[in-house]
Amino acid sequence: MRDTIPPQARVQTGVPQATRRRTPGGPIALLMLAPFLIAYLLFFVFPIGRAVQLSLTQSSLTETGPFVGLTNYVQLAGDPDFWASVLHTGQFALYTVIPVTLLGMLMALAVNRLVRARNFAQALFFLPFVLPVSVVTLLWQWILNSSFGLVHNLFGTDIAWFGEPTTAMPMVALVTVWWTVGFNMLLFLAGLQNISREVYEAAQLDGAQGWTAFRTITWPLLWPVTTLVLTLQLISSLKIFAQVYILTGGGPFNSTQVVLQYMYNTAFQNLDAGYASAIAVAFFLIILLVSLMQAALLRGRS
Amino acid sequence: MTGHGNRTWAAVATGSTLLLGALWAFPLLWAVLTALKTEEQAVAQPVQWLPTTPTFTAFRDVLTLGDLPRWFLNSALTSLVITLATVVLAALAAYAFSQLQFRGKNILFWVFLAGIMVPFEALLIPLFRLMNDLGSVNTYAGIILPQIVSPVAVYVFKGFFDQVPKEIREAAVVDGASEWRILWNVFVPLSGTVLWAIGIVTFIAAWNNFLWPFIITTSPEMMTIPLGLTQVQDAYGLRFARTMATAVLGGLPVVLAYLIFQRRVTEGFLTVTGVKG
Repeated sequence: MRDTIPPQARVQTGVPQATRRRTPGGPIALLMLAPFLIAYLLFFVFPIGRAVQLSLTQSSLTETGPFVGLTNYVQLAGDPDFWASVLHTGQFALYTVIPVTLLGMLMALAVNRLVRARNFAQALFFLPFVLPVSVVTLLWQWILNSSFGLVHNLFGTDIAWFGEPTTAMPMVALVTVWWTVGFNMLLFLAGLQNISREVYEAAQLDGAQGWTAFRTITWPLLWPVTTLVLTLQLISSLKIFAQVYILTGGGPFNSTQVVLQYMYNTAFQNLDAGYASAIAVAFFLIILLVSLMQAALLRGRS
Repeated sequence: MTGHGNRTWAAVATGSTLLLGALWAFPLLWAVLTALKTEEQAVAQPVQWLPTTPTFTAFRDVLTLGDLPRWFLNSALTSLVITLATVVLAALAAYAFSQLQFRGKNILFWVFLAGIMVPFEALLIPLFRLMNDLGSVNTYAGIILPQIVSPVAVYVFKGFFDQVPKEIREAAVVDGASEWRILWNVFVPLSGTVLWAIGIVTFIAAWNNFLWPFIITTSPEMMTIPLGLTQVQDAYGLRFARTMATAVLGGLPVVLAYLIFQRRVTEGFLTVTGVKG
């Protein structure tokens, strides 16, 4: 739930005037808000401040150490492992974001045409998305197993797909595309259903069919969903961790180590929570920057 | 194009869509088929597509020999509590934000909306330390607590409550009902679709959450399904039928939830993403 941002949901903060007199509200509102607010402060707001504070110290995983100012950030700026992890994360985003968007749109267009088999086809494409990440990785480790897997049997390959520097990241991306594309298909399907029949009928009278109809009607009217999908995908691809961790462990030769994994290793293996917190703050800034850039870019285009 | 040509084209398009769908879902079928084989059949060369004599041995083995039942219990327990707590906390807060008047309401609402920008992943270290200080590492409380805070759920609930006609609440107020009663007897029944949407999406997300249980659990018997499944390949080695039986069982609850509640699940995801209000 936390991953999704509803950019279009309506927010009304209007004050219902008629009931104002009857509801001083204060105490009851406080009681109703209290459980959420306490949890929110304790497990969300407090950790935000703490992450920033820890990033300015030299701390272990459980003990807060001395204040060192911006030392961690200076070190981070010149840390080749960190920049490599940023590069790998970008690589993963590059391999996944456009494919899942395009493929999701194509699937939605194909499924949307169906009448009777529609729910069935939708389920076939969507089902992988509801699976836990480790079910997905087990499945693909089996299919891509270099001596007994399906791909080996069909094509006679004996490549250790997740163990070669050239194939590891593309394969992690491929598995991720298979796993998550159904969700984008769902969003595009909802978008397609919002386009009324009459628009197409009117276009048909003007002779617009097939590709022309897609280019002049479907594509522009799907643009809001497309921007939503691109935004959600880019941000979620920057948060990549589990698939890489399980499938490659960051290897071979650190060639797939991503930002979150570098943060995890620094904090929980090297027990350097101060430096890891600086990575966490940098990670947040990257996400913020990318979201802002993307928002500006997409607004410019629409 | 003639009507006949159109129909042929439609049939071809339908056929190829279904074929592609079948191909897309094939890995799932392949896992089930492998799980129904004996270990020898699973690795037979050349590949045996169908289990010659389907057997549930692999399923029986993983349910009796390993920690799988325990992981199921942990996942079911934590996911249900997380779902219940998320829905209750969010509904209460959303009602206050939507229907009640109090000082600082708008500022508070925007402050907490701004929080949606902060990725949970950036908070892992302070959250782990907090849980460590509270003595909650490797406990159910440790797994559950950070997962019950969902600003998105509050946001979606509030969006729905805002659209309930004012007259409905006014009538209840005139009848002398307390705010708690109005929320419970009027707004909660009205919000069926939204309630289900948030509930199902929260449950699936909680069941599938990998990162936080990965950080906060330290022993196999506290692991949830997504985490436990990463252990089985090491444990079973080259036992592929067993490994696939574990994968099938681990995915079963969410697949069933999807198949049973297909419409509600899709509606849920659309509502939470904001595509559908």
